[in-house]
Amino acid sequence: MALISKKDAKLITDPLADNNPITIQVLGICSALAITAELKASIVMGIAVIFVLAIGNVVISLMRNIIPSKIRIIVQLIVVASLVIVVDQVLKAFAFELSKTLSVFIGLIITNCIIMGRFEAFALGNGPWRSFLDGIGNALGYTVILIIVGFFRELLGSGTLFGFPVLGDPIEKTGVYAFGYENNGFMLMPPMALIIVGLIIWVQRSRNKALIED
Amino acid sequence: MAVNTDKNSYTILFAVVMVVVVGSILAFTASSLKPNIEENERMEKQQNILYAIGINGNEGPSDISFISTSEVAEAFSTKISEQLVLESKDGQIIQVMTREDYMAANNKQEPYLIDVKKQQTRAKEGKSRFLPLFVGEMEGKTVYVAPIRGKGLWDEIWGYVAVDENMVVKGTFFDHAGETPGLGANIKQRYFMDDFYGEHLLSESGAFKGINVAKGNNDPKNERKEDHAVDALAGATITGDGIANMIKKDLKLYLPYFQTLKNN
Repeated sequence: MALISKKDAKLITDPLADNNPITIQVLGICSALAITAELKASIVMGIAVIFVLAIGNVVISLMRNIIPSKIRIIVQLIVVASLVIVVDQVLKAFAFELSKTLSVFIGLIITNCIIMGRFEAFALGNGPWRSFLDGIGNALGYTVILIIVGFFRELLGSGTLFGFPVLGDPIEKTGVYAFGYENNGFMLMPPMALIIVGLIIWVQRSRNKALIED
Repeated sequence: MAVNTDKNSYTILFAVVMVVVVGSILAFTASSLKPNIEENERMEKQQNILYAIGINGNEGPSDISFISTSEVAEAFSTKISEQLVLESKDGQIIQVMTREDYMAANNKQEPYLIDVKKQQTRAKEGKSRFLPLFVGEMEGKTVYVAPIRGKGLWDEIWGYVAVDENMVVKGTFFDHAGETPGLGANIKQRYFMDDFYGEHLLSESGAFKGINVAKGNNDPKNERKEDHAVDALAGATITGDGIANMIKKDLKLYLPYFQTLKNN
């Protein structure tokens, strides 16, 4: 445990549960609603955010003493936007197939408020190593919620997981569809993601009363 | 030395330096990667066109994979027997050019690299428009592939449609720049693209009718091929309408060519 002290380890574990960026800090809701209709998209988006948030946090943290406070938000925006563009271009040149899958998410990352939120709340006041861990932790916390929401939406909305039919064939009426089960198309709509996130918040707070605000 | 980061002069200096630095990094990345990116995009176009006439690397029933990049150039030159360019104005075809004619007149640009969006703008400005048409073979018959382009919900959508001489769809490929994953992005799924197979673009009297992406079509197995409709995607009404629109607008322009083809 020489590499990560106990205090630093909390930076990674806290956002996974008791300080989760989506359910507790209520950041990054927009993309959580938009892209969780299928599990694969949730995971891809999660990985992309882990990458950008970790590097962005380090860059901002290295610059924290020279950024003029009056224009710090603009500086943060520029850092994240240029990071994202560079990643996008490199993928297009050397991993074209992958970039086709990721292109939509890459645009969405810039608008993810977790990124600005962590730059502002953490990286501006902490060193690069701690900022890196904070970035990884928060992005992982975000990913966990995305996967949970994506799992339920894809399973109940399309009857598939990762695109594979797990409940049978809705057209040929096999599997559970033989008993009259129907896919709930409503699960594919963004409002249902909000309801699932709401349910997660409810479960989490009833298990840990300390999280309930007055 | 502690810098007073609150001073206006410092703020302005910082902004200027940052813009210059970031700008040069981005410009450098973009220009140094440009040849690779262009080459990738060129191969992708060939792969897309070949996909529409059934030449692909598909293995499973829901798989969408192209012919590999190492084979695509050869396959494209052998399987696409002709690249025609139709010059169209006010819905009429005023000239049919062969690949050689077109390349001689247009800076040696290959017809498959014609930018459909630019051609649409030309048509809007009242100028003539170049319509590329790729001739290939499928199931022992000649098929014609045309590129189409339009608007989805968030961004552009485009595709390639292969039709036979009666304008019955033999294959499609759709792609998009930024439709919602899991909803509009599903236009790039096999179950949506394959639905178009066998659909008629023309009515019985030979007028152009197109294909609607219809809600409540109630034909999930897509058994009715002459109803000018395929099943819509859940949660993607506007993207679906975009597909129907671009089929109607862009493919209609090819109708005169197919009419003369039939009369000969």
